[in-house]
Amino acid sequence: MSKLNRLLGSIGLTAALLSAGSALAVDITGAGATFPYPIYAKWAEAYKAQTGVGLNYQSIGSGGGIKQITKKTVHFGASDKPLSINELGMAGLTQFPTVLGGVVPVVNLEGVAPGQLKLTADTLAGIYLGKITKWNDPKLAADNSGVALPDAAINVVHRSDGSGTTYIFVHYLTQVNSEWRGSVGANTSVAWPTGMGGKGNEGVAANVKSIKNSIGYVEYAYAQQNKMSYAQMKNRDGHFVSPNDDAFQASAANAKWKAEEGFNLMLTNQPGKDSWPISGATFILMHKQQDDAAAAMEVLKFFDWAYSNGDKLATDLNYVPLPENVVKLIRDSWKDQIKATNGKAIW
Amino acid sequence: MHTLDNRLKRQNLLDILFRNITRLSAFAVLALLVGIIISLFLGSQLAISAFGWGFLTSSEWNPVTEEFGALVPIAGTIATAAIALLIAVPVSFGIAIFLTELAPQWMRRPLGIAIELLAGIPSIIYGMWGLFIFVPIFAEHVEPWINDHLGQTFLIAPLFSGPNLGIGVMAAGIILAIMIIPFIASVMRDVFDIVPSLLKESAYGLGATTWEVMYQVVLPYTKIGVVGGIMLGLGRALGETMAVTFVIGNAHQLTASLLNPGNSIASALANEFTEAVGDLYTSALIELGLILFFITFIVLSLARFMLYKLGQNEGRSA
Repeated sequence: MSKLNRLLGSIGLTAALLSAGSALAVDITGAGATFPYPIYAKWAEAYKAQTGVGLNYQSIGSGGGIKQITKKTVHFGASDKPLSINELGMAGLTQFPTVLGGVVPVVNLEGVAPGQLKLTADTLAGIYLGKITKWNDPKLAADNSGVALPDAAINVVHRSDGSGTTYIFVHYLTQVNSEWRGSVGANTSVAWPTGMGGKGNEGVAANVKSIKNSIGYVEYAYAQQNKMSYAQMKNRDGHFVSPNDDAFQASAANAKWKAEEGFNLMLTNQPGKDSWPISGATFILMHKQQDDAAAAMEVLKFFDWAYSNGDKLATDLNYVPLPENVVKLIRDSWKDQIKATNGKAIW
Repeated sequence: MHTLDNRLKRQNLLDILFRNITRLSAFAVLALLVGIIISLFLGSQLAISAFGWGFLTSSEWNPVTEEFGALVPIAGTIATAAIALLIAVPVSFGIAIFLTELAPQWMRRPLGIAIELLAGIPSIIYGMWGLFIFVPIFAEHVEPWINDHLGQTFLIAPLFSGPNLGIGVMAAGIILAIMIIPFIASVMRDVFDIVPSLLKESAYGLGATTWEVMYQVVLPYTKIGVVGGIMLGLGRALGETMAVTFVIGNAHQLTASLLNPGNSIASALANEFTEAVGDLYTSALIELGLILFFITFIVLSLARFMLYKLGQNEGRSA
């Protein structure tokens, strides 16, 4: 009996010591978007190794992230779809982007090599509206002389779950096609006029791979890792570009970000001859007025560290880091947006 | 005398305690059930007041304009579950007959264990197998045949003509059938096993064939268990999420053809709940959950009613 007691006692003591140890460093908590989860996790791991401050990020989806930050159950929320300046104002939130991701049309066409197929805003919108139904449609053939397009129906694949990837993709279509803007619009999920849905990037990739003559859209990382046959896109300046880091960065560099509008900007159809037309950022949401200034400071320190040291980790995972000028704007926005209860700037 | 009295008292106390514990467990289930219904109902208030009964008959599902209707997922749920039962019940019946009546003794245990193992495979495995292995084969070899034969048959043609995608309501139904066969088959086998051999031997003695014994002795004797097993399978088919999501095509489109992509309630919930931004959207999804609850409830009630009717007719014919 006494042996057992001693054992229990020592367990209790260790537990007390352990909890005391972890209580010293305040862990940051965040919740939201699934798209940036891999990079936030990587950053958190490296950051903890350096500073001892951990990040507890729950990738529960943008909707959940917005709800949780509104209810103040987490230190920051994360969303793939930027909130409008009105929505931010109503909830008392401020918003800033962290990393970029590109969205890439992928196809399964026998005899068509990656990058060989060329798509324009009109043909891509036509396909997803169900107006262009055959691969040998004259509109497609016009841009693809020399490519053997089959006389087969186009099998359209889209995301079945709500997602930031979808938001970027349909945001592009609303920018470039008035019919899409009028009849479908943009959201994290939409009423698709045609096609079938796959769950997650991996679901779309799997559907495109297993269904012949299909087209889908996935994050750039998935197209890369699965060696999928991507398509070139005609950008705003009229050049056909292939999706790669440089093309994504080009579109980010040419964009006009504005801190006062909560960086509410999608990198779709941006100017520049090298710009990839379908990309976007993922966003962090924080309260403007912070009850717990110390915790808010930890969050800002974490993202400050990520902007300075996280680029390599991001590119390793096929995310695209923000250009330097945007990062400067973000740091400035922290100063005049995020305040403690006494009205003093935290950053 | 005194000690005996004490012991009896203690026993009595234990009895009361035990009875109350069991009662509490039973009522806890009831309370959970009521709690779930209430929370689903409260959660769907917004959607109910916005769309009313029209929610059940509208095939619109537009997160952008926030117009929602449940017709497509309801139809998909019922269609996939029906296809699954249509395939799984006869097959399971065959498995159970073979295992209890026809198979040699040494084969029964390993085969039975294999079926139980199948029941334990997580549904996502069925989904991935379905998408990567089954769908391409189905698209290339089975669907063209369906289109050419059933798709040309009078009356049922609209059901069986569509694109040869592999993915669709039909594929989801078949995957579900494969998933629920182990459940139904193992329940059927267990209940067939408890039929007294006296009954079966008597029937054989009267010159009945194996089929006659199964159909006229074993099945009537075990009908409650058999229906229970089928209901267990049906319950899983109605509520199955991951496997269906992988192969149903997740399209909110209402079409007659079973070869077209469709959607089911459970898979719509799994797909859209995480990123549903906006209260009305979330509320509409919760109402879908409520509807699934009612569908299951109606199906179970029908099964009870059927058993009751069967019981009434007992001993009248023959």
